[in-house]
Order: sequence, then C-alpha cells, then structure tokens
Amino acid sequence: MNKSDLVSMMEAKLKNLSRREVEMIIDTIFDQMTHALVTGDRIEIRGFGSFEVRVREPRKGRNPKTGSAVYVNTRKVPFFKVGKELKERVNETLGS
Amino acid sequence: MTKAEIVETVYEKIGFSKKEAAEIVEMVFDTMKETLERGEKIKISGFGNFVVRQKRPRIGRNPQTGEEIEITARKVLTFKPSQILKMALNK
Repeated sequence: MNKSDLVSMMEAKLKNLSRREVEMIIDTIFDQMTHALVTGDRIEIRGFGSFEVRVREPRKGRNPKTGSAVYVNTRKVPFFKVGKELKERVNETLGS
Repeated sequence: MTKAEIVETVYEKIGFSKKEAAEIVEMVFDTMKETLERGEKIKISGFGNFVVRQKRPRIGRNPQTGEEIEITARKVLTFKPSQILKMALNK
C-alpha cells in the first residue's frame, strides 16, 4: 500500500470529504512528523509506535567496490520502535 | 510530539472541528495498523516504508542464567526511512 492507496481507503471511510482534503490531511500528518524529527523531537503515537533520532558515531568505512578507506561522518538516523499493541497485532496473524 | 499535537496541526491547517480532526487522525493510524496487521507493507513516499517481516525460530540465551531457549517464529514490524527523510535529518 502506498500513500495514494491510503488516501483511497480513508476516502471510502470519510464519505463527506473530498479526495483533495484527505490528501491534505495525510500530507500534513507526515510533514509534521518529518518536521518533528528534523527539529530533534521524539514522536509518540500511542498504540502505533514511537520515532526518534539516533546519532551514529563517525567511523572509518570502506568503499565496497574499490576497497578504498572512506571516513563516514557523524550522522543522524530516524529510529522507529513499534508500539506494544501493534507489535502484538502484527504477530497474531502468524501461520496465516 | 504526540498524536494530540498532530491533531492540533490538522485542525489549524485544514479547519475541521477539533473532534473531527481527532477522529480523522485516529482513523489514519487505525487504517495503517489494519494494513500492517494483514502483513501488507506501507510505503509513504518521502517518509519511509513499514514492512512486516517473518522471522524464523532461533536459539537465544537468557543473558542472566545462560540458559538456552528457543525464540519462536514471529512477525515483526520494521521501518525503513526514506532517503529524503534521512537527508532532511542531516542537513
């Protein structure tokens, strides 16, 4: 499912809204979440999970193609931790 | 940031009632949860992909007692951030 499929599903549930409005809502949600992470804020969506920014230390790496040593700078990476409810729901369908 | 703040932004930007904005935001996350529960992945361009992965059973160890135990097969949810999000964090 991509964002456009998500919009379609929401559109079917919210019959009083136009597709354009649903698109704006979904874009607003993910834009806000991106903005929160960019400003270093943590996001907690109860029942879904939490997002935070983790700092990766600088390290010496290697270009896997040429084998030459390269220096990898400190960088920030987004980290998602699945919430308890969703973790259990995802696992419950095991064997299906 | 919590869901309440996301609701607040949707309310300010798009202008439903607060109650409606809260219901819609809730519905977006519920729809995503239902999709992932079915084992289907979600791709949000510019943000990232949520993917349900099947893990095989493996032998683990209780770090306190050293006792070996089987970790059962399970499905786990992983998030792969988009290149755009990763770049935005390192600007």
